[in-house]
Amino acid sequence: MKKLRRTMMYVPGNNPGMIKDAHIYGADSVMFDLEDSISLKEKDSARFLVYNALKTIDYGETEIVVRVNGLDSPFGKEDFEAIVRAEPEVIRLPKAERAQDISDADYLISKIERKAGIEAGKIKLMAAIESAVGVINAYEIAKASPRIIGIAIGAEDFVTDMKTTRSLDGIELLMARSQIVLAARAAGIYALDTVFSDVNDEHGFIKEVELIKQLGFDGKSVINPRQIDPVHKIYTPGKKEIDKAIRVIRAIEEAKAKGLGVISLDGKMVDAPVVERAKRVLDLANCKGSI
Amino acid sequence: MDLKKIAVAGSLESSDILITIEPSDEKEIYIHLKSSVEKQFGKQIIKTIRETLIEIGVKKAVVRAVDKGALDCVIKARVQGAACRAAGIIEYKW
Repeated sequence: MKKLRRTMMYVPGNNPGMIKDAHIYGADSVMFDLEDSISLKEKDSARFLVYNALKTIDYGETEIVVRVNGLDSPFGKEDFEAIVRAEPEVIRLPKAERAQDISDADYLISKIERKAGIEAGKIKLMAAIESAVGVINAYEIAKASPRIIGIAIGAEDFVTDMKTTRSLDGIELLMARSQIVLAARAAGIYALDTVFSDVNDEHGFIKEVELIKQLGFDGKSVINPRQIDPVHKIYTPGKKEIDKAIRVIRAIEEAKAKGLGVISLDGKMVDAPVVERAKRVLDLANCKGSI
Repeated sequence: MDLKKIAVAGSLESSDILITIEPSDEKEIYIHLKSSVEKQFGKQIIKTIRETLIEIGVKKAVVRAVDKGALDCVIKARVQGAACRAAGIIEYKW
């Protein structure tokens, strides 16, 4: 089954209480942050805390991601030195603008993996795209390294770069979101949407999740455990959808056994894209134990 | 690791520990602990602080720790952080 990344929960990297409990809320991924949520004078402290937590705490099945500071900052290199050795599944690089940003990170990770005796290529990368240049280069970024498993849009910095602000319907993000999904699909990796900052606006949040699901995103960054369930609900297929997907898979398996390429189900043609969508429905349903 | 000045790391938030470390002329590590769980875990907390300091090469220091129920990995992180700040170390040997 393909890994689900419907929710990635931000956890500030200098908060021991949140770090210790981060995985209990059921997010698909937890992202410990060393970047924007950490003040300049606490960067070292957060790095030590996340490093030691990852070396000690068993987070079970939850995917662990660490957002480091960029390599163009005074903290980036030291973040990589520490975090690669702590072996999270994924390192998230902020403010990626060009393929070179990814190549530089890849080179540094490879060097540290070698020095630390970590299996080459084990640590994966995710890039956050947060500027106009980054959006334009999204496909090159997505293809820049075999470590890249996903790209994400960071809307707050992006709208600032675009000289606009965020609105409830997200019109200002439509082009960037579409471009990022397109680049991710073309590169065969995951596409993740930005945070929704107003945790008290549940209605607005749900509308935004419905929009990004329809655009094709695999999931959304969340900033509060309260936002996890609504995302999972929206991404979990209903019984009717699951039943249809099962029938499609059965029909195509029977057709294969009979040596047929294309078949008809309920009077409609079933071909490769229909099968692909049915598999995706079952992947999403499987996770919830719906089937 | 040579400590050059007094330094602090951590906080008084729940699940954290505030570590203050200062250079010492004595040849030992002195640890003063205040903890809401001192009776139950005091010895273990002091042991973790001492072992962490020895591991990173600090042989003499005075440590004041105010614990708010920190896990061992948090204690370790805060001691490493405070010691590096006290020694002026920016690039740590991970």
